[in-house]
Amino acid sequence: MASTQDKKTNSLLAWLDARYPLVSTWNEHVAEYYAPKNFNFWYFFGSLALLVLVNQFVTGIWLTMSYKPSAAEAFSSVEYIMRDVEWGWLIRYMHSTGASAFFIVVYLHMTRALLYGSYKEPRELVWLLGMLIFVVLMAEAFMGYMLPWGQMSYWGAQVIISLFGAIPVVGPDLATWIRGDFIISDATLNRFFALHVIALPLVLLILVFMHIVALHKVGSNNPDGVEIKKLKNAQGLPKDGIPFHPYYTVKDSFGAAVFMLFFAFVVFYMPTGGGFFIEPPNFEPANPLKTPDHIAPVWYFTPFYAVLRAIPDKFLGVMAMGAAIAVLFAMPWLDRCKVRSIRYRGLSYKVLLTVFIISFVVLGWLGTQPSTPELTKLARIFTATYFLFFIILPFTSANEKTKPVPERVR
Amino acid sequence: MSSNHDQPQTSMTRRKVLTAATGVLGATGATFAAVPFVSSWQPSEKARAAGAPVELNISKMQPGQMLTVSWRGKPVWVVRRTPEMIDRLDDLADRLRDPDSLVSEQPEYCQNPTRSLKQEYLVVVGVCTHLGCAPLYRPAVDSPDMAKNWQGGFFCPCHGSSFDLAGRVYQGVPAPTNLVVPPYHFKSDQVVRIGEDPEQGGVA
Repeated sequence: MASTQDKKTNSLLAWLDARYPLVSTWNEHVAEYYAPKNFNFWYFFGSLALLVLVNQFVTGIWLTMSYKPSAAEAFSSVEYIMRDVEWGWLIRYMHSTGASAFFIVVYLHMTRALLYGSYKEPRELVWLLGMLIFVVLMAEAFMGYMLPWGQMSYWGAQVIISLFGAIPVVGPDLATWIRGDFIISDATLNRFFALHVIALPLVLLILVFMHIVALHKVGSNNPDGVEIKKLKNAQGLPKDGIPFHPYYTVKDSFGAAVFMLFFAFVVFYMPTGGGFFIEPPNFEPANPLKTPDHIAPVWYFTPFYAVLRAIPDKFLGVMAMGAAIAVLFAMPWLDRCKVRSIRYRGLSYKVLLTVFIISFVVLGWLGTQPSTPELTKLARIFTATYFLFFIILPFTSANEKTKPVPERVR
Repeated sequence: MSSNHDQPQTSMTRRKVLTAATGVLGATGATFAAVPFVSSWQPSEKARAAGAPVELNISKMQPGQMLTVSWRGKPVWVVRRTPEMIDRLDDLADRLRDPDSLVSEQPEYCQNPTRSLKQEYLVVVGVCTHLGCAPLYRPAVDSPDMAKNWQGGFFCPCHGSSFDLAGRVYQGVPAPTNLVVPPYHFKSDQVVRIGEDPEQGGVA
């Protein structure tokens, strides 16, 4: 009985496989994708990012079923979702918490790359595609935050779109073109909705696909920064590699379970994230004539926002903020050290990276605070140290005193 | 193959020219096709028509009071300045970025020290020239929530830009220019009309 069942399944599989590369794709990317055996907890965040992406897609699709993308109805339609739609509050909070969770996971994922040199040859493209995902994700989050049409939605959008106005000559016309009006209005909201639910998710999906394809071409890095493809056994398989499935599917499932525990806690007990995930002024409808007393972007933008505020010149401030993101793209070429992992790198990189991470966190905190002369001074200092990381790195990394790198992973 | 059928001779030059011509024509077509999509992002006719002038009755304004009206969806402030406020404007020049409004945006008839048609009334667009927030009105000297030596004016909570009571920007803040003065004129002693220049020979 069982054998005839197997036969049927196999013949179906054979029928499919003759028409679609089903088994070979599965093998190449899952069952026979050999990943280093020494992944630690830092390696959870890639698969978690994928999990959050799925969460955003599903909850997002459900939200569009009740949301109205017009200036007159947007705010009340979100309240309608929260109060009248069955389980609407849960779906909405899963989506808004998911946005913040996405950035937490992505920032940790990027930190991992900085710790273990995952952006280095031959993984430059993996890093570049990842950076593109980061930039698109920021645009996606920004446009999503505008949709509830609260006070922060409105004034946050006002500030960000005005950034384009700082570009010489074409700036003001460009800002008008983006808004589709002389001020943020119904036209702006409606087009941002289109971009948020169709255009950018599509781009994001394609980029994530390419990010993974590029990764699987060159293979995963690991905490030791050792190339596992160098040492192979008699079958031609990497000695320090294990198949992604079942080993890492099981491990990542455990990571996902722990993550969902934290996620559910936020969704159920502190859905506004203490005013960081959804800011209090966003529970007031947008008022084009009154700016909230203290305006700050959502936490994941604040490090870059603090850089913007630190520079007492409009154009240079916008340039510095752009540069703070753009300079990350150059990491594979700014870091000239041959050793990948921080475990075997010299003191200089350890110090530089620590200062960089501290600068990023402090700038993030400063971006949430009102601007006072003292805090502005502080923001200037940490903006300087943020950029110093990238300026000093090419010099120190060229002849860094590194430790011997082992042949195999530990 | 050696067969000598009437196989036309392949001309690489010809092929290259044709490929290039196809590419150029295709790109031109694609550019034209992009025009409607790019242009569709411009403000619609409806949005453009919404820019009509607005009127405000100022007869009941107290000295020092500020009123806000919406013009083209932006807040426009009208401040009735006291004589002391006007006097203080003279002493600020060396703390301002553009005291004579040389690079700032205002109608020619308002490019004067008080940036107004009538000294008593300030009319400015209440949108910070930095990134478009609405600054707060803090008219009193040394307002408790303001920096030391505050001379009265406007303070933008977003990024800390400050302006004096003529809408002129201070030095050392992110805003690059003074607040914008819209075209306006006094229709009568009681009514100010915003969004329209004074008529020639009219009440200016």
